[in-house]
Amino acid sequence: MQNDRLIIAGREFSSRLFVGTGKYKDFAETKKAIEASGADVVTVAVRRVNITDRSKENLLDYLDPKKYTILPNTAGCYNVEDAVRYARLARAAGVSDLIKLEVLGDERTLFPDTVGLLEAARILVKEGFIVLPYTNDDPIVAQKLVDIGCPAVMPLAAPIGSGLGIRNPYNLKIIMEMIKVPIVVDAGVGTASDAALAMELGADAVLMNTAIAGAQDPIAMAEAMKYAVQAGRLAYKAGRIPRKLYATASSPIEGML
Amino acid sequence: MAEAIQIQVNGEQRGCQAGATVGDLLRELAIKTERVAVELNLEILDRKEFDQRGLKQGDRVEILSFIGGGAPANVHGRGRGVVHAE
Repeated sequence: MQNDRLIIAGREFSSRLFVGTGKYKDFAETKKAIEASGADVVTVAVRRVNITDRSKENLLDYLDPKKYTILPNTAGCYNVEDAVRYARLARAAGVSDLIKLEVLGDERTLFPDTVGLLEAARILVKEGFIVLPYTNDDPIVAQKLVDIGCPAVMPLAAPIGSGLGIRNPYNLKIIMEMIKVPIVVDAGVGTASDAALAMELGADAVLMNTAIAGAQDPIAMAEAMKYAVQAGRLAYKAGRIPRKLYATASSPIEGML
Repeated sequence: MAEAIQIQVNGEQRGCQAGATVGDLLRELAIKTERVAVELNLEILDRKEFDQRGLKQGDRVEILSFIGGGAPANVHGRGRGVVHAE
């Protein structure tokens, strides 16, 4: 696994687990969970600074941008204009051109509006952003995102925060076979086996937030996810045996009495 | 005493001295300029411009920064079905 590094837009990552930083009890817990996960890439949101209570600590006081790749997102944006505005603000506040692009279509499912997503991606790629789009498990849209210039595609496994796991392994598998850029399975993971399954299917990485932050013991779950992603990746590289309906003996018949 | 003007900062009305710059406002609010983005009347400012851009009556300033986030919380809660209570 030593040389099994993930490369996105020329950046090298040793961990194939990307984690969000929302929903934790406090920044101390966020920091511990992220350390336990071993992740290099952490997602953050862009919001108004609290101007009435300046005592509030800053997330980046806990997450050293030299140690982690900070991936700002456009979470909460329901149209192209807002997503583009938040991406530009993220770039102005941050240190890089990386953006996790979300254009949501509906508040109940938080499913991506893929029409808006393609339009926003086109605008942002032209402006020099490194766009990592959160998209549906639709291979055709995934290909269009690559054609626009996205250096990775991030299809969902299930609705954000649902914990339902891999709802459509066949579509994800088709995306992984068709698409020539890294695939990051983003959203829907519930527990470690879901992350392992995503990796076994051939995902290049998995991104999650709620599965860790919402667990009863987020730090233990973060560690579980680290191993699940590693195990799934190793199993994928090792090449699993085919599924067969009937038994195949493991012990030789020869030499039996 | 310089003349006072009214501006809007992150959605809230606020008094400010005429002739003050965006940089002055940030210092007054004790906000470190690194890792914040500032929008002045919908125009995103470069950090280098903070001390050059003066504020005038009715200006709308937005100051943003990074917070913990994956995805937004579901704001409605309505119909949030639990499939398996485990």
